Amino acid sequence: MSDDIYREIILDHYRNPRNKGKLENADVTVHDSNPLCGDEIDIHLKVDGGVISDVKFEGKGCAISQASASMLTELVMGKDLKIVKDLKKEEILENIGLTNLGPARIKCALLSLKVLKVGMVKYYSENDPQSAEQISSESSLY
Amino acid sequence: MQRSIVNSYELRNDFPIFRKKINGKDLVYLDNASTTQKPYTVIESITDFYSNYNSNIHRAVYQLAEEATKMYEQSREKIANFINARPEEIIFTRNTTESINLIAHSWARLNLKKDDGVAITEIEHHSNIVPWQILSQEIGTRLEYVGIDENGFLDLEHMIELISSKKIKLVSLSHMSNVLGTIVPIERIIRIAHANGIPVIVDGAQSVPHMPVNVKNMDCDFLVFSAHKMLGPTGVGVLYAKKEYLDKMKPFLGGGDMIKEVFKFHTNYNEVPYKFEAGTPNIADVVGFGAAIEYLEKIGMENIRKHEIYLTDYALESMLSLKYVTIYGPRDPKDRGGVISFNIADIHPHDLATIMNDHGIAIRSGHHCAQVLMQRLDVPATSRASFYIYNTKEEIDKFVNAIKEAGRIFKI
Ligand SMILES: Cc1ncc(COP(=O)(O)O)c(C=O)c1O
Repeated sequence: MSDDIYREIILDHYRNPRNKGKLENADVTVHDSNPLCGDEIDIHLKVDGGVISDVKFEGKGCAISQASASMLTELVMGKDLKIVKDLKKEEILENIGLTNLGPARIKCALLSLKVLKVGMVKYYSENDPQSAEQISSESSLY
Repeated sequence: MQRSIVNSYELRNDFPIFRKKINGKDLVYLDNASTTQKPYTVIESITDFYSNYNSNIHRAVYQLAEEATKMYEQSREKIANFINARPEEIIFTRNTTESINLIAHSWARLNLKKDDGVAITEIEHHSNIVPWQILSQEIGTRLEYVGIDENGFLDLEHMIELISSKKIKLVSLSHMSNVLGTIVPIERIIRIAHANGIPVIVDGAQSVPHMPVNVKNMDCDFLVFSAHKMLGPTGVGVLYAKKEYLDKMKPFLGGGDMIKEVFKFHTNYNEVPYKFEAGTPNIADVVGFGAAIEYLEKIGMENIRKHEIYLTDYALESMLSLKYVTIYGPRDPKDRGGVISFNIADIHPHDLATIMNDHGIAIRSGHHCAQVLMQRLDVPATSRASFYIYNTKEEIDKFVNAIKEAGRIFKI
């Protein structure tokens, strides 16, 4: 029920998002939206030596989509870009503490993950075309 | 506050869906602008058709087919009567959207030319925007928008200015907004348009189900609406057009039923309305729509309108007492239908809808197929509650309590 969804931490990330804004000199920027809800997310990535040295997001939409984007940036900041391909939707839902969402709202929670995965593939195809194909085939969308 | 004559508490028993529980709670259905629930009489008439009369219409001479044809045509008569038209002026389509596309294709495309203006408004549903954009791309017509003021009223001066500018050759507009509820002064607009020789298409998807609509008094050239928004089944829409237009219009789809005689390289078309109903139509649902019209007529459209004014008045008053609620559209229930779009502080409409669902309450959240209007209001989305005959004062109390509950959860 809603009390379990809209916990303190979700409201906190919704109202005080971490890593929100533009990233000057980003290596990749990817945008996507959820046509049902109109949620929008842009993710900017800066990659140094295969590591996500900085990540920022911009977006608007419901508390679930925006809080999960904020938490996702915290999760991957400073990590090897390659781990993005292994991120599973269950992990993400667990990370944000939303394991009981209905099918419509799950899309809100996973929009940022989808954008991040597209960003990763885009980064490799622009910077490391050899490994791009393999990485993209190994990366399940969720 | 005036009282309602419609006994919605009793009426509810006619609708099987209200026996359903959502999260253990009674269903409070407040998404009627989207689609409405169906009474037993409508559901049973469809079962009855398939059980006792099923056959194709207009083609066979055996008894079953004659009975089916009669039932289908009786629905046409009921609907004609309902809006004070003649049966041959009623075309069955799939929905409002198809009706508008039919007009764009079979009339506008052939009677308008490059640089002719088509005037619509900022409150239109996508179904009354996109077909005109397509037409612009095809033949170079120019789309013009009439704006709204901050209370959601149409900018009538701009409309009149456009109409008298001689650039406009067609006006197409909603009678009632599906977002703001605004009822537009349709008769006045039609009078002025006609004085300038301009035909008017009325999108009655929201008005025909909720208030008396009389095409003779209104004098519109085209009126479109959907059965599913007025207790009827999905898959049936209506296009009303004055006979003089229908006679001159070209077919929309070609095939069976719309023909009189087919030769190798040409065809003589059937007369109206059949010329526009190609192929086997949605017979059973048209019959079901007839049952819906009977149900509505038994209650009376004046009474339905009064009931919705009563509910809207009560809802607006309760909502406006909460400081954090923003309401869009006219304040006086006399100026609007039973549709209330609103926002609550920084709670996104989808989050609100999720909280409402805990309480068994179905409201809509999003852009309501009116993104041009959302851009005008400068909001990404709104929440929307919309009422019908079976909604009660008690349900409005539940709805307002759920708004307060959302305020608590979001710590507003
Ligand atoms: C004003 C208005 N016009 C057109 C439509 C489209 O109706 P349909 O989806 O039945 O074609 C709607 C439905 O939401 C509406 O509210």
